Amino acid sequence: MSKLRNYLDKIKPNFEPGGKLHAFRSVYDGFETFLYTPRTTSAPSGAVHVHDSIDSKRTMIIVVLALLPCFLFGMYNTGYQHWLALGAAEFPFWSLMLYGFLTILPRVAVSYIVGLSIEFAFAQKKGEEIQEGFLVTGLLVPMICPAEIPLWMLAVAVAFAVVFAKEVFGGTGYNVLNVALVTRAFLFFAYPAQMSGDKVYVAANAPFGYGTSLPDGFSGATPLGQIATQSGSDIVLKGLDGGIIDTWQAFVGLIPGSFGETSTLCILIGGVLLLAAGIASWRVMLSVFAGGLFMAWVANTFASPLYPASYISPVDQLLLGGFAFAAVFMATDPVTAARTMTGKYIYGFLIGVVAILIRTYNNGYPEGAMLAVLLMNCFAPLIDYCVVQANMRRRTKRLTAKASR
Amino acid sequence: MKLKFRKGLNLSIKGGVPTGAAVSSAHVECAAVCPDDFPGFMPKVAVKEGDAVAVGTPLLYDKRHPEVKLVSPLKGRVKAVVRGERRKIERVVVEASDSVEVPSPKFSEISDAASVRKALAESGLLAFMRQRPYDIVPNPDEEVRDIFVTALDTAPLAYPLTASGASLFEMADYESGVAALSKITIGKVYICHGGDLADRPVAGAEMVEVEGPHPSGNVSVQIAVIRPVDKGDVVWTLDFVTLGRIGRMMRTGFFSPATVVAVVGPEVVLPGLVKTVVGAPVSSVMADRIAHDGRHHRVIAGNVFTGTAVDGSTGFLHYPYRQITVIAEGDDVDEFMGWASFAPKKMSESRSFPGHFIKRLFAPDARLNGGRRAMIMSGEYDKTLPMDILPEYLIKAILSHNIEDMEKLGIYEIAPEDFAAAEYVDTSKLPLQQIVRDGLDYLRKELE
Repeated sequence: MSKLRNYLDKIKPNFEPGGKLHAFRSVYDGFETFLYTPRTTSAPSGAVHVHDSIDSKRTMIIVVLALLPCFLFGMYNTGYQHWLALGAAEFPFWSLMLYGFLTILPRVAVSYIVGLSIEFAFAQKKGEEIQEGFLVTGLLVPMICPAEIPLWMLAVAVAFAVVFAKEVFGGTGYNVLNVALVTRAFLFFAYPAQMSGDKVYVAANAPFGYGTSLPDGFSGATPLGQIATQSGSDIVLKGLDGGIIDTWQAFVGLIPGSFGETSTLCILIGGVLLLAAGIASWRVMLSVFAGGLFMAWVANTFASPLYPASYISPVDQLLLGGFAFAAVFMATDPVTAARTMTGKYIYGFLIGVVAILIRTYNNGYPEGAMLAVLLMNCFAPLIDYCVVQANMRRRTKRLTAKASR
Repeated sequence: MKLKFRKGLNLSIKGGVPTGAAVSSAHVECAAVCPDDFPGFMPKVAVKEGDAVAVGTPLLYDKRHPEVKLVSPLKGRVKAVVRGERRKIERVVVEASDSVEVPSPKFSEISDAASVRKALAESGLLAFMRQRPYDIVPNPDEEVRDIFVTALDTAPLAYPLTASGASLFEMADYESGVAALSKITIGKVYICHGGDLADRPVAGAEMVEVEGPHPSGNVSVQIAVIRPVDKGDVVWTLDFVTLGRIGRMMRTGFFSPATVVAVVGPEVVLPGLVKTVVGAPVSSVMADRIAHDGRHHRVIAGNVFTGTAVDGSTGFLHYPYRQITVIAEGDDVDEFMGWASFAPKKMSESRSFPGHFIKRLFAPDARLNGGRRAMIMSGEYDKTLPMDILPEYLIKAILSHNIEDMEKLGIYEIAPEDFAAAEYVDTSKLPLQQIVRDGLDYLRKELE
């Protein structure tokens, strides 16, 4: 261990001002603080002398850990849907996993390489430490896209989001919108053909030559895609093999959809980990589900053939599409969510309501979770403003009551 | 009255003094008065090097209120007036000597409010008090709405104030202290205690029992429930030991510099209580108590939340002269991927560390345990502050120099120490206490 430390100390001068590699100071710094806890100690006076062991690295890594169940399931499901589309009768576990892994690996790599390079560059320019926010974003992005999203699109979208949704505002902690969702929204609006329809949500190619490509004319719609095109009150959701998708299957998640979003089961495992570690806010998470359930119930009660999605039962609404994923991993992003206690309830509830509202009553968008979170990201400061004003008013009232006495 | 608080946190740190510990005494050869311990006090030197002084002789006075003094805790000669950058006075050191013949100033015939105020200011005891707003040495001329005496200390490893004061003062001292303070205020004198004064109330004071984790012992938290400070209100605050000193002065006429210091911390061999004088050298109190384990040590005059780090061999006690804490500095260890550790020795309020669930005593060091970041996590500070205050928004208002918002968010009700626990738990490692101190100073500069 001390060999590594000695090596780091040895190469350090190269990265300091005047060193020949000083243009990579932020990269060195990032790796050094990653490997060894910084030796920086508390100020001698006017400050506390002991600090909690938690730091932003640990916080972010726990979110990454919480994403792993969804990620592993996504690998399996990508392979499973591919095999299903081929009409296979057997589903060898390791083959499915390998197929999914080979499909997603280039996307994860591109997302991290593009995003982290931009982060390192900005940290270098500002002379600051590299910040950990993108560790989570970089993994979230491929998980909320179709598994076979073209790499160049992903690169463009990630670059756009990191620069214009985050760095121009000042970096991690200052962004208004959730960076991963801005990436997703960019893709959705810039390349709608590759982000919607019944061709994109099942992996069709043979990554790195592994597996068999699907025939050209293949189509396999996601449940929400199917609903959007159906009419009448009798909605039947079908899997790729023609089997019916019931509530249990929607919960387990062996259905077509974005890479990491399909399994509500795995999302809940991640959610439990986040809450147990105290990283995510249970107020936000709970109220997103409450809001979604409420709106889905309202829609279902007043179901009309004009809006086929209104016939989905409230529970299915929460299980299908990206709703659960958004509730657990997107809405709870502390930077873009409401920061006050009361504000969190309102913020979460409205995300749930708006997500189902868009999904049900706007036929142009089969899924509303992404837009709901982005919309409420914009409103979070306003919600907080109102809560803060209430606190201020209590104090002003006390003052005027005293003055009039 | 009884107050119960739920929010807050108690740190379990090794090296506390067992209750009922014996008090040893230290031989004091010199003592120092450091004006930096007294925010709002603009020091002017009243003595020259070599001057003979007695206990209670003024060493420094305030530029704006010359009657407010800081006095000598020893009889002897002024050894040095130490100045730092731009001739800023860092400390005045007095060397003990029995041969000098100077009488101690005596304060007698104290009858009305004006004479009490004058005696407090001249005797140096006013500087041992604080006023809200701004958490500064009180302005002796201002009308005082209420006076709050704190008789409990909930900070990490603190020794009960009522117990350590037992060897210094008697009940009669506290009572005459309350009687004197009652003359100054138009309101009441409150004494907040941790239950140990429930069966022996101090006559003349309104007794308030306080229960809960730190910062329930912080006076801001108590005031907020008893009678909140609004814009325009001025209240004075002091600790129980200072109340004893005031009473003793009322009864005898003299300033009493004695204090009992708790020597605590994970790097202390034998935690204990030491009787000495205010401003005594840390080395005289520590004797040989620092562990010889080859590690770098941080000697803190005070507790781990609000104290001042001093040099173990040349440093002095700092206000409020009650505690010395020794912890490891931590700049001599290499921790490999500390952020990924599941070691149970890591102290944390976060449930992501197993140490959070284990009931044990920790030996934290002085490292930040991470890099400074922008405010990312929300709701962390709120859990440590049992007041109707939105800490994140108040901090942001201070950082943006927005006076109107600061006022509306309750800056008059708080002191830097109230943000210590928040600063400890902060994932982003922001210097919250310094931010609040700067905010209070800025506000005072703009409004006065």
